[in-house]
Amino acid sequence: MEHYISLFVKVVFVENMALSFFLGMCTFLAVSKKISTALGLGIAVIFVLAIAVPVNQIIYHAVLAPNALGEGIDLSFLSYITYIGVIAALVQVVEMVLDKYMPVLYNALGIFLPLITVNCAIFGGVAFMVQRNYTLGESVVFGVGSGVGWTLAIVLMAAVREKLKYSDIPAGLKGLGITFITAGLMALGFQSFGGISL
Amino acid sequence: MADSQAMKKVLFGPILDNNPIGLQVLGICSALAVTGSMQKALIMTIAVVMVCAFSNLFISMIRNQIPNAVRIIVQMAVIASLVIVVDQVLKAFAYEMSKELSVYIALIITNCIVMGRAEAYAMKEPPLMSFLDGIGNGIGYGAMLMAVAFVRELFSKGTLFDIEIFALVQNGGWYQGNGLLILPFSSFFVIGLLIWAIRQYKPEQVEKD
Repeated sequence: MEHYISLFVKVVFVENMALSFFLGMCTFLAVSKKISTALGLGIAVIFVLAIAVPVNQIIYHAVLAPNALGEGIDLSFLSYITYIGVIAALVQVVEMVLDKYMPVLYNALGIFLPLITVNCAIFGGVAFMVQRNYTLGESVVFGVGSGVGWTLAIVLMAAVREKLKYSDIPAGLKGLGITFITAGLMALGFQSFGGISL
Repeated sequence: MADSQAMKKVLFGPILDNNPIGLQVLGICSALAVTGSMQKALIMTIAVVMVCAFSNLFISMIRNQIPNAVRIIVQMAVIASLVIVVDQVLKAFAYEMSKELSVYIALIITNCIVMGRAEAYAMKEPPLMSFLDGIGNGIGYGAMLMAVAFVRELFSKGTLFDIEIFALVQNGGWYQGNGLLILPFSSFFVIGLLIWAIRQYKPEQVEKD
């Protein structure tokens, strides 16, 4: 149990998806103008990561890993195309299930759900899971934790940007430029968690 | 057949006028993570140019056969196959490099530049122009990457492509390396300032409130 808790804390703070691995940056910079939308997207990311990482873990170890299907069969070169297929299919399924059983959440997430397929945080989460050889239990914790970490980062970013609107910024830095620099300063802050070993 | 003027515009436009990172906000994840050294940035650039050019070419060739409803999946399949090829080539001929770039090669699949150009350009235009557009955008992305890597490697380690330019204090030279620039997040600052510089030079890119 302790192992899982420390893994969770580690992926939320020390190895934050957005601010230490820079995954999901495109959406991180593009959709962080308002706290409410940032939060909605964050929840969708947690949701999809929590399902996609364990599912891909099972598929990798049951089918793709070397010698999984039989002696001498190594399908690991097919891994990327499989992951992206699984992620795309999962997002579709999640969308349909939410539409049927949780219309409120579905309406709140709106356009963000389909966009998540191309969010590199999801794909990065899956790729890291394979690279670090997580077990099924660990991959569940890793999926949820990295989603929570990403959400934390984007909500904080949105909060800063809402205030930023009232400040006097040089014309050339407006919009994207200042957002990059703010993100850099936030990453600097998150760097201080780096010394913690769990 | 398009005239050479249009071709030139498609090929070189993305470098300054319509830079994928600076203006279109595409493909930022990898731009931040692989800019620690020029060599890494160069390999990444080549990989992205290849994937982007050929995915545009193939998607444009079959654009009239792709049913609209499943186009995203088709694009994904084409891109993922190309990335697998790049990954296998790297593993075979530059194993050390592929270890260092780790998941970021795989992440070309979800690099929005490739997907974005396939969707925005290759679905409408003929193959040759799409191919050039892919190369152009790959180079535009690479130019930004190389610029950031240049600043970071030169001022942190005093080297370019591992060749010593400034002699570091540790090696008995005169230059005190900047430790901040070794850390990956310093590329946020470098890109932010680069965008500022580009927008000073081209004021029409400045965002309105």
